[in-house]
Amino acid sequence: MDHLSSYLVLSAILFSLGLYTVVTRRNAVAILMGVELILNAANINFVAFSKFVTHNLDGHLMSVFIIMLAAAEAAVALAIVLNLYNDRGHINVDEANALKQ
Amino acid sequence: MADFIFWIIWALIVASAALVAFGNNLIHSVFALMGTFLGVAGIYIFLNADFLAVTQIVVYVGGILVLLVFGIMLTNKISTAQISQSSVQKVLGLLVVLGIATIILTAVLPHDWVGATLPMAFTDTVTGIGTLLFTDYLILFEIASVLLLGALIGAATLARKEL
Repeated sequence: MDHLSSYLVLSAILFSLGLYTVVTRRNAVAILMGVELILNAANINFVAFSKFVTHNLDGHLMSVFIIMLAAAEAAVALAIVLNLYNDRGHINVDEANALKQ
Repeated sequence: MADFIFWIIWALIVASAALVAFGNNLIHSVFALMGTFLGVAGIYIFLNADFLAVTQIVVYVGGILVLLVFGIMLTNKISTAQISQSSVQKVLGLLVVLGIATIILTAVLPHDWVGATLPMAFTDTVTGIGTLLFTDYLILFEIASVLLLGALIGAATLARKEL
C-alpha cells in the first residue's frame, strides 16, 4: 500500500476490464458501465501520482473534473439510450446503425 | 492491519470489475459496479484523498449508479427478473485487451518511479482543492459549470417523447 506500483497495477487491471466491457458488450447500458470503469482507472492514476510523485493537489483537481464529466456523460448517454429504445425496442449497439428509422 | 485492508479492497475492486465485464446478468453487473465504486473510494482514502473519496460515493454511487439502474429498468421488461446480457467477439476482444494490458504493465512495472518512495504526509485536501478551484483552475471551473448546464438541458431535451 506504500508503493506506487500496487496502485498502477490496479488501475491497469481496471482499465483492461473496462475496455473489455466496452468492446464486447451488446447492451448500451453495459457499455456505459465499462466507460465508468475506465474513468475510475484514470482517476486512481491521477490521485496516486499526486500522492507519490508530484506531492501537490493537481491530480485531485483533475479527478474532480473527470467525475464531473462522467456524471454529465452518463446523463446524456442514457437519454440517447432511452431514445434508441423508444425507436427500436432494444438497445443492442451492434444492430443500431441509425438513431432514427 | 492497514496493509491487509488495502489488499482486501484491491481484490474487491478487481473481482467486482471482473463481474461487470464477464457477468451474464445485467442487474448483477450493476451491483458489482457499486462494489467497484465503493472500493475505489477506499483506495482514495489510502491515497489521502478525503474529499475525492466522499465525492466518489456521492456522485458515483448516489448519482451515476442510480441513473444506470433507471436506464436498465426503462429499457427492459423488468417482470422477467432475469435480465441477461450477451457479449460479442469475446476471443478477439480478450486478445486486444490482453495486448493493451501487457503494454501498460510492461511500461509501468520496471520503472523505479523517481520520488515514489516518499509518499506525501496526510493533510486535509478540502482547503487546498477549494483554493485551487478559485485560483489556478477558475476558468476550467467556469467551463465545467457551463458544460453541466449544457448536459442538463441536452439530456432533458433528448429524453422527451416528441423529439
